[in-house]
Amino acid sequence: MSTLEINDLHVSIETEQGTKEILKGVSLTIRTGETHAIMGPNGSGKSTLASTIAGHPRYTVTSGTITLDGENVLDMSVDERARAGLFLAMQYPVEVPGVTMTNFLRTAKTAIDGEAPALRTWTKDVKAAMQQLRIDADFAQRNVNEGFSGGEKKRVEILQLELFKPKFAILDETDSGLDVDALKVVSEGVNRAHDAGNMGTLLITHYTRILRYIKPEFVHVFVDGKVVEEGGPELADRLEEEGYDRYAPGAGVAVAPAVQA
Amino acid sequence: MTDITTEKARIGAPSAQPFIDGFTEEGENLSPVNTGTNTSTTSEQPSAGPLAGASAKSHSHGGGVGVPDSSRAGRLTSYNLEDFKALTGLEEDWRFTPLRRLRGLHSDALTGAAPAVSVSAPAGVTVETVGRDDHRIGSAGIPEDRVSANAWGGFKEATVITVPSETSLESEITVTLTGAGTDAAAQHIVVVAEKFSKGVLVLGHEGSAVVSENVEIVLEDGAELTVVSLQEWNDDSVHASSQQAKIGRDAKFKHIVVSLGGDLVRVTPTARFAAPGGEVELFGLYFADAGQHLEHRTFVDHGQANCVSNVLYKGALQGKGAHTVWVGDVLIQKNAEGTDSYEKNQNLVLTDGCRADSVPNLEIETGLIAGAGHASATGRFDDEHLFYLMARGIPEEVARRLVVRGFLNEIIQKINVPAIEDRLTDAVERELAATEN
Repeated sequence: MSTLEINDLHVSIETEQGTKEILKGVSLTIRTGETHAIMGPNGSGKSTLASTIAGHPRYTVTSGTITLDGENVLDMSVDERARAGLFLAMQYPVEVPGVTMTNFLRTAKTAIDGEAPALRTWTKDVKAAMQQLRIDADFAQRNVNEGFSGGEKKRVEILQLELFKPKFAILDETDSGLDVDALKVVSEGVNRAHDAGNMGTLLITHYTRILRYIKPEFVHVFVDGKVVEEGGPELADRLEEEGYDRYAPGAGVAVAPAVQA
Repeated sequence: MTDITTEKARIGAPSAQPFIDGFTEEGENLSPVNTGTNTSTTSEQPSAGPLAGASAKSHSHGGGVGVPDSSRAGRLTSYNLEDFKALTGLEEDWRFTPLRRLRGLHSDALTGAAPAVSVSAPAGVTVETVGRDDHRIGSAGIPEDRVSANAWGGFKEATVITVPSETSLESEITVTLTGAGTDAAAQHIVVVAEKFSKGVLVLGHEGSAVVSENVEIVLEDGAELTVVSLQEWNDDSVHASSQQAKIGRDAKFKHIVVSLGGDLVRVTPTARFAAPGGEVELFGLYFADAGQHLEHRTFVDHGQANCVSNVLYKGALQGKGAHTVWVGDVLIQKNAEGTDSYEKNQNLVLTDGCRADSVPNLEIETGLIAGAGHASATGRFDDEHLFYLMARGIPEEVARRLVVRGFLNEIIQKINVPAIEDRLTDAVERELAATEN
């Protein structure tokens, strides 16, 4: 079993107006086999947490720690984090012109495993995974994310999740922009990956509808760079009914105004 | 982590960087490469518009009469060296070229031994070595600059390669030019694709040479010809190559320039339509390392109706002093109705200290065309691409290679000759491997 531990994490970014603190002391522990949902209004810092774990250079950790089985993640480069078993399904996957999906998937798999996958089984695995996610076979020959629709990009993120088999998957608003059918397909993919391997899932979402398909054991509510409430699945149900309004200033739960990041 | 942070920090911090040579806050100055080489008197300074050299203004032949200075049509053409003034480096068509590195190609008699020519060709192709008086010499073009005219006056014998009419070649013609010295020399090649013939010709340049070369390419009516010009010279080589093609009725010409090796390489492909219905594709790939100057100036002259042209040049630059130049001229003359043309140049700058000049020029003298477009983009490696690939476990240098390879592959894929594609892929891999040293 592996543990991803985030302790009192403070993160800031550089803006034209100067340095701005986005995460103001976040602590979270995820173990393989667990599914955690992070929910919160826009600008609460959910995506910042995801990108910081993956090591995006835009975000500066000013204090706090992230460890994976005791190893300091913050000391690792972006690719080292991925090879250590962290996977970020991105909210806005970028297009990489000139690099075919086939080439990209094989190169990444080789990097993560430290050796090239056996050609015959690999091709079969890719094909099967694509079929399950209802991705057309011709996508293999297309350039990474180039000309893909929003839904296609998200499916391709989950395809990678299933093929790379990380220890921890961080899904950054994977559900946003998906219609109901695509949402089901994507959720099934996440559940397959979760059930198949020893994987912990950190599901970041604004809406509750994906929680009908992916069941979290833990729900954390993010407001203004901090976790303001934690609980089980029942907390998600409550958010579904009440929204985030009760976390607004003066609504009983004491929090600062949300930052638009 | 640290690497990518450094990369990122450069974005949006222009004030921390010195200005690019030749640029001020107001825009572009003349390229500084020729500062100090100006030997002309001040009265001869070019005062013409952005496209014409001094020659266009002061000479009355070569199509300059009555044509405004700013038009590419106004540029002097002549077989005689004397018609071209001594270069100052300030001329429009020489302003990016470091004249002092031309090793006399523009100023000295070209008396050195020309690179040795060896040709391997499938059955049916005629290969001849001819004297200066052969009737095919001059059949595709007239020199358009001083260095080309110098070679025209200096070459001793020419190689003429003919694909006979209605012949479809089963394999490519390979012409290898091997330089064996750096005395300034002149070279002349003529390629004739007769009526309704079909073929591929690879013109490979290797070894060490200082050479000005004229390549004449004639496509008779209905001919389909692909010419690949590979510049894989040794580091001490200087090469100026004027490659002029005359396109017959309904003929299809594909021209691919690949410049990788040499101290200074300047290729100037020109395509002229001699009759309606022709199609021209000019493609280019270049990879400049530290100190290399790789220059490409394309010209598509639409002087006939219903012709199609497409120009795409892609380049990568790495290392201090790597300099690439692309100038793409497209002229759609008044009678060229129904023209469809497009030109594009893209450069990928891999390290600091490089300079890529890119100038698309489009002149349109009739509104009755199907299309005319031009585009140019020069950019650094995209850090978001890098992050995406690295976030999938791919180490930074592998990720960079993936992206550069993909960027240049678009041109390699146009060749459609597997052996050449493999050879070029290997050559690009060698360039990429050099990045890590």
